[in-house]
Amino acid sequence: MPRLARALLLLFLLPAFGGAQAQDPRAPDVLVKSVTLETVELIAKDKEIKSGSRAKLIQLIDAKVLPHFNFSSMAALAMGQNWNKATPEQKKRLTEEFRTLLVRTYASALAAYSDQRFDFRPLRAKPTDTDVTVQVRVLQSGAQPVPIDYSMEKTAAGWKVYDVIVGGVSLVANYRTEFANAVRNSGIDGLIKDLQTKNRSLEPEKK
Amino acid sequence: MRGVPALLLALLAGGCATANGDPRDPLEGLNRGVYRFNDALDSAIMRPVASAYRDWVHDEIRGRVRNFFSNLADPMISLHNLLQGKFEDSLTDAVRFVFNSTFGLLGLHDIASDMGYEKHNEDFGQTFGRWGAGSGVYLVLPLLGSSSVRDGLGTVLDFAADPVAQVDPTGARAGVTAVRFTQVRADLLDASRILEEAALDKYVFQRDAYFQRRRSLVYDGRPPREDVR
Repeated sequence: MPRLARALLLLFLLPAFGGAQAQDPRAPDVLVKSVTLETVELIAKDKEIKSGSRAKLIQLIDAKVLPHFNFSSMAALAMGQNWNKATPEQKKRLTEEFRTLLVRTYASALAAYSDQRFDFRPLRAKPTDTDVTVQVRVLQSGAQPVPIDYSMEKTAAGWKVYDVIVGGVSLVANYRTEFANAVRNSGIDGLIKDLQTKNRSLEPEKK
Repeated sequence: MRGVPALLLALLAGGCATANGDPRDPLEGLNRGVYRFNDALDSAIMRPVASAYRDWVHDEIRGRVRNFFSNLADPMISLHNLLQGKFEDSLTDAVRFVFNSTFGLLGLHDIASDMGYEKHNEDFGQTFGRWGAGSGVYLVLPLLGSSSVRDGLGTVLDFAADPVAQVDPTGARAGVTAVRFTQVRADLLDASRILEEAALDKYVFQRDAYFQRRRSLVYDGRPPREDVR
């Protein structure tokens, strides 16, 4: 094949590949967009959630959102160097408690959602990348858009979120000092106990 | 000036009382005291007023109030972007102010955002940060909350340059200021509840979030990447 013809063929094929990639439902940016829109729509349609049912909202988050988070990664990052000092049992319990806390927090954030619009930014990453940042912006009139960045890693089970950065504040990084203080004061078991106490105080039926 | 050494002593004494010594917060003891004071005042007055405002005043009207004060701030934001050498952003802010003040009926409608002229967030603290000033130690200001040496100084200048500060009869100025702060507090009701729920130690959580947030703002949301890994 003449060189020119081959170049032309490539030129036509490349956009096709690009298009196919953008449509891949497992791509991290496509995943964030579809999960966000689906969750927001389900919340808008659900009468129980609209009338303030926290239990139902948490159930929805559990089913739709959580499968896309890697909580052991999040707990490990929030713990920093202390993670390696924890026993497997402690790691398991830390992950559980941290997960519960984050779900509650996430539920509150979603309950506060009203009619803001989302702006899903195009993903800037190479196909070979295994660690990407998916950028979303929440638009509201009279205020600067709030950027939400999802740090995601490629795992055997697909792309998983390991940090959420809201308005420049990394959730995982923000727990570091608190966790380090708790471990310094009362050890890893003390931190687990603090988290349990915190979670129990947020039980939906008591609120 | 006899008050100054006394204040300094108080600051130092506060500094000694810290347990977990964060290097960015040597005044933790004092700061925690002011934090408790702010928190009590907030629970007693600001939060109930803001909640009532949110419950009783229609969404639409609150949106207009937010837009109105947002528009008043745009000329200063334009100046800050100019001072930081971001000429395109500065121009955008000026265009926003002109469009919103005229076609947007004195800023009640944020039509510029709909046209694609995005709102920016700038203040003196950020401008100093852009010029290379570090944040300095953490400060909790009475009534105003989280700040730092740099941003606290910035806030003083922000207030001096604020158009609302030029409103003449003191009574009118107080009224406008009250509405503005109620609006700001109402917009933060959800965020403050989330903070209550998310934090093991609210003071520490808020302090760390403040430093992260300000760093991000100084770099307009694109700070040099600081990997959590």
